[in-house]
Amino acid sequence: MKTYVGKPVYHGIAIGQIRILKKEKQNVHRSHIDDVEQELARMENAVEEAKEQLKGLYDKALLEVGESGAAIFEVHQMMLEDQDYQESIQNMIKTQQINAEYAVAVTADNFANMFAMMDDDYMKERAADVRDISERLISILTSAQSEEVNADEPTIVVADDLSPSETVQMDKSKVNSFVTRYGSANSHTAILARTMNVPAIIGLEYDEEIDGKRAIVDGFKGELIVEPDEAVLAEYEEKAAQEAAKKQLLLELKGKETVTLGGRQIRLYANIGGISDLQSVMQNDAAGIGLFRSEFLYLEKDHYPTEEEQFQVYRSVAETMAGKKVIIRTLDIGADKQIDYFNLDKEENPAMGYRAIRICLKQIDIFKTQLRALYRASAYGNIGIMFPMIISLKEVKQIKEIVEEVKAELTEQGASYGEVELGIMIETPAAVMVSEDLAKEVDFFSIGTNDLTQYTLAIDRQNAKLDDIYDSHHPAVLKMIQMTIENGHKGGAWVGICGELGADLTLTDTFVEMGIDELSVSPSCVLPIRKKIREHS
Amino acid sequence: MVKFSFVVKDEMGLHARPAGQLVKEAGKCTSKVTIKKGEKSGDAKRIFNVMGLSVKHGDEVEIMVEGEKEEEEAAALEAFVAENI
Repeated sequence: MKTYVGKPVYHGIAIGQIRILKKEKQNVHRSHIDDVEQELARMENAVEEAKEQLKGLYDKALLEVGESGAAIFEVHQMMLEDQDYQESIQNMIKTQQINAEYAVAVTADNFANMFAMMDDDYMKERAADVRDISERLISILTSAQSEEVNADEPTIVVADDLSPSETVQMDKSKVNSFVTRYGSANSHTAILARTMNVPAIIGLEYDEEIDGKRAIVDGFKGELIVEPDEAVLAEYEEKAAQEAAKKQLLLELKGKETVTLGGRQIRLYANIGGISDLQSVMQNDAAGIGLFRSEFLYLEKDHYPTEEEQFQVYRSVAETMAGKKVIIRTLDIGADKQIDYFNLDKEENPAMGYRAIRICLKQIDIFKTQLRALYRASAYGNIGIMFPMIISLKEVKQIKEIVEEVKAELTEQGASYGEVELGIMIETPAAVMVSEDLAKEVDFFSIGTNDLTQYTLAIDRQNAKLDDIYDSHHPAVLKMIQMTIENGHKGGAWVGICGELGADLTLTDTFVEMGIDELSVSPSCVLPIRKKIREHS
Repeated sequence: MVKFSFVVKDEMGLHARPAGQLVKEAGKCTSKVTIKKGEKSGDAKRIFNVMGLSVKHGDEVEIMVEGEKEEEEAAALEAFVAENI
């Protein structure tokens, strides 16, 4: 057994036989030609042939991986037809009287270098596209054949790098994973793996002798385990089965409604901490975003994020979700999440200290910047805003006044904004006790069960010594939730849960019976909960 | 000459696919179509020119259309850009 390590670019487990794809090294020799016209004609025919091939590949990719995966072949056709590219080749043939193969190879190097020198990782990768079209031309000119994967058993494709043409030509019913020595998270290997939903590892240094051997691809850890021993193989077979069950769940439940057997609809949303989580929100088919923690905007910077910086992020999330609800929680720092430039004093008891809405209502400039960015972004999608750590009606009224000021300023400046639902987090016992009054002021409640549990039980959740008595199923906590739901409905607000308890499958039935309207959970929990709700009678 | 500018909304910038779409659309025009980012500019009908500008998310890009049908072609391009890029 030998383990090789690289960088995982798509999760999953695959077991199969290794097949190393070796690129036929195209040795292109420079040779002098006498008949320039004939060489130009040969070149033109090769371009036509290449375009035909690319059309074929486009159609094949369209069927196998859909339009977005196939588009690259359309781009390749355009690259082939690009006047600068063509003129470069033709000029070389004409002025230097050299063979077409050589002219293509030199031109390919020049254009690939242009991309390789760009300061953008994605564009750097496009050097591979130039090489791909150029290799296609050279293959046609020299009538070379490319290698194909046509295996009988599940195959782990291993290569230095994979071009789009190579990947689309594979028999995908047999390929269950990709491993490459080079490439990046933007390379075609990674893109294809995502589309095909199979694990992929890049940047993995392998030995040629692994060809043909049995191996495991661990797309979580980025490991290629060659000739695994029986215990390891058994462990991974188990994991692979679990993964398969998950995929099956996805297949069964994706696109289905989250509705109980009695016909009650529950909104099932996802919690995210940044833009990078959006992909898993889509994959797991959440109906919206119930909690977008805006802290990362503040944590990843060394200055207060500007209105424009925030606006770009909020807008992009709103647009990506395309009309589905996106609930963004305003700044929730202090306590356990410290940021240098806020210059907050060290506190004896930060969980009960200067944090979240308490900061926003004292340092109103910071708050207004965020609200302006949020309202401007609301013109691009369905945005909701919620405020953390509320304890009183006074706070909510103050927030609403500030919101009105922000809206008036935007209107005056001619900036557009959409309809925004306003809600509050219910995470303090105080908020629960006055929830009936709070509900009349807002559109929704979202129960933050983590803090609500710690404040209700008076147990510091950071203190590991107290883990055994930190009981989130404590009847006091469940009664708090029940009361919040009832009072919310009385006052005309819908009620959701965005804390960890919302993803607790043993409580799903209880919450549904209590009358919960929405659950917001981490993306990977969406489908198991949907299943549970669909079974609720 | 007619010109208009836009801000690239795509997270990845003007990457292969949108660049290709733009080139395809510009190719339908009889006018000369130039794309400009900052000091650099290129022929919008040539994909290597367009990709060579390395346009990123949030960049402002200017399109200039010059020819007999510049008015209507610029309008068509602008509508296309607003919808797709």
